[in-house]
Amino acid sequence: MSADAPTSHRFPENARAALADETLQRSLASAKVGFRVRRSEAAARLPEFEILRDEARDIKNHVLAHLDLYLEAFETRVTERGGHVHWARDAAEARGAVLAICRAAGARTVTKGKSMISEEIGLNAFLEENGIEPVETDLGEYIIQLRHEAPSHIIAPAFHVPKAEVAATFRKHHTALDPARLLEQPRQLLEEARGVLRDRFLAADVGITGANFLIAETGATVIVTNEGNGDLTQTLPRVHIVVASLEKVVPTLEDASTILRVLARSATGQEFTSYTTFSTGPRRGEDLDGPHEFHVVLLDNGRSDLVGTELQDVLRCIRCGACMNHCPVFGVIGGHAYGWVYPGPIGAVLSPSLIGVEEAHHLPSASTFCGRCESVCPMRIPLPALMRHLREREFEKKIPPATQRWGLRIWAFLAKRPRLYRLATAVPLRLLGRLGRRSGRFRSLPMAGGWTSQRDLPAPQGPSFQSLWDRAGGRREKPV
Amino acid sequence: MTDARPNVALFVTCLVDLFRPAVGFAAAKLLEDAGCTVTVPRSQTCCGQPAYNSGDRADAAAIVRRTLPALEPFDHVVAPSGSCAAMLRLHWPALVADEPDYADRAAAVAARTWELTAFLTDVCGLDSVDAAYDGVAAYHDSCSGLRELGVREQPRRLLRGIAGLTVKDLGAPEECCGFGGLFAVKYPDISGRMVSDKADDIEASGADTLLAGDLGCLMNMAGRLKRRGSAIRVRHVAEVLAGATGAAPPIGEGES
Ligand code: SF4
Repeated sequence: MSADAPTSHRFPENARAALADETLQRSLASAKVGFRVRRSEAAARLPEFEILRDEARDIKNHVLAHLDLYLEAFETRVTERGGHVHWARDAAEARGAVLAICRAAGARTVTKGKSMISEEIGLNAFLEENGIEPVETDLGEYIIQLRHEAPSHIIAPAFHVPKAEVAATFRKHHTALDPARLLEQPRQLLEEARGVLRDRFLAADVGITGANFLIAETGATVIVTNEGNGDLTQTLPRVHIVVASLEKVVPTLEDASTILRVLARSATGQEFTSYTTFSTGPRRGEDLDGPHEFHVVLLDNGRSDLVGTELQDVLRCIRCGACMNHCPVFGVIGGHAYGWVYPGPIGAVLSPSLIGVEEAHHLPSASTFCGRCESVCPMRIPLPALMRHLREREFEKKIPPATQRWGLRIWAFLAKRPRLYRLATAVPLRLLGRLGRRSGRFRSLPMAGGWTSQRDLPAPQGPSFQSLWDRAGGRREKPV
Repeated sequence: MTDARPNVALFVTCLVDLFRPAVGFAAAKLLEDAGCTVTVPRSQTCCGQPAYNSGDRADAAAIVRRTLPALEPFDHVVAPSGSCAAMLRLHWPALVADEPDYADRAAAVAARTWELTAFLTDVCGLDSVDAAYDGVAAYHDSCSGLRELGVREQPRRLLRGIAGLTVKDLGAPEECCGFGGLFAVKYPDISGRMVSDKADDIEASGADTLLAGDLGCLMNMAGRLKRRGSAIRVRHVAEVLAGATGAAPPIGEGES
């Protein structure tokens, strides 16, 4: 399941498999167009969208400069309202905290709203190992839970599964239902999942959700969903656990509202998601519903180490998914190829910090730096610059293969010495120019297999521009 | 600097220097025609992106320090590439920001550095050029020029005045072609699929010519189009603007 060991180190193989998977390719082709069109239309409909992006960025920058302050304030408010905050340094501590709460509640089943932090800490597998059954209630998460797959996208975890396969999965698992029933329309699939999950909601002892925001001013946690499953997850069971990473905190409700205005627009192109749910502590005396216990498990998992470093900007991320929706690499390989919980540009920047540069070294390199992610990121995270920074760390650690490093060194040695560079390139150039003159290109060339495996290499004209410029008597700088 | 003609240093770029001098000559002609005096400084090899984007910051910075003095004496530095112009404009200052001897100088050169078509229109005030080309061209916006420098309208404005030429947009004009410098050889399968999708888009546009402002992307797309036997002619936009298509066959095509 999603708690499986990362396979990011096998990124090239994963990518090859994804490229050969025709079902996946069809899902990718349609998902990417839809997401992109909807986001750009939503942005165009809101004249102040670009200004809101600046404000959203500034809010998070301010929070990150005073993270300890706001986290303490948040904890104080939660406690005042009768809730509990559990600080977790790493995944193991977070899992442990969740399990302890479940045990104390005598839980057999827990329902779950969509939570990337739960994926990050591998919560489902851990609960199962400990005899507690987790039930995902977000439709996408439910589908992949039945299929024992990891999410392939942070907001559309099952987008890689076509409708027909969802139907087949449901038929396989929902054996109590009429085998002759129709399962063709998305509506029918949704209704069936709802029906099955209704009983699970009622039976659950604990509900676990993530959080899109933690509001320091009020101690509220906020989730945004489109299915309403999150509400049932957190109001029906006796105990509600929120698992969230610490950079989710914002100072005020006002700040959360500002960021909410860019979140859904960037993610799905909606003005707002169908549900925006605030949870503020356990049920109070006069309340008609709500959990009796309210817990927040606050996960660090290496994030506080990023504060004050070149990578700090990544902590502004609100997990909208826009960067992957617009990424040309994600667009042809999908999410699983990245080999861990967070795919796409955000994963390329975040994963090396969470699972190590050695494991994740391919991810920041597998980008053309086309810059489209940064151009759509609502929080204006300079994703390509952060990937480049990670490449620098890898280079320092000598992680790229020796042939690559040496090739680069030799090239750089020459590039720093124009005269030598000209000498060194002249002969091969002329040779290639002559060999390629007739056809204008090469189908293969020694040492150029990476290029020619995919495309012809256009032949050089022959002499370099610099030499032809001299020959033509072109103007040179005055000798110093 | 009594000369009223702006003194322009042509930053040729390593790919044009090595693979396609015709683009360099076309750029020089366009600049001269626009009223500039064009010099090609000898001490230039590459803008340093291969090192910079591979994480080799030290070598990239060394290339900046080495090349900067050759470009400083000029009113403007112009490159027939959005990617290399963006490297000089945005990344050179960052690379030497902590070096007192170079920081201000790099920033000064950066502020005077331009992508070719942006320079011709935005600085020289050119609206059209005097050239003819018979064909229907799809224009590919290379990513760095588009997103780092905002080059989109400038080449199209100049192409509009070319006799005989119709310019079309691609279906997915903002999509990367999959070049990405060393990315194309480090992750060939992914790059191959990206350029294949791009080639589909180009062919679907009905164009008989593909134009762009960056030789790296052009070599990538031409290489894929030729591999699948396409007859689409691929050229750097400068060649067409300068009316210099006679200087070399289209990219990836032979003389015979
Ligand atoms: S990096 Fe930006 S675009 Fe990507 S998920 Fe985070 S907030 Fe959204």
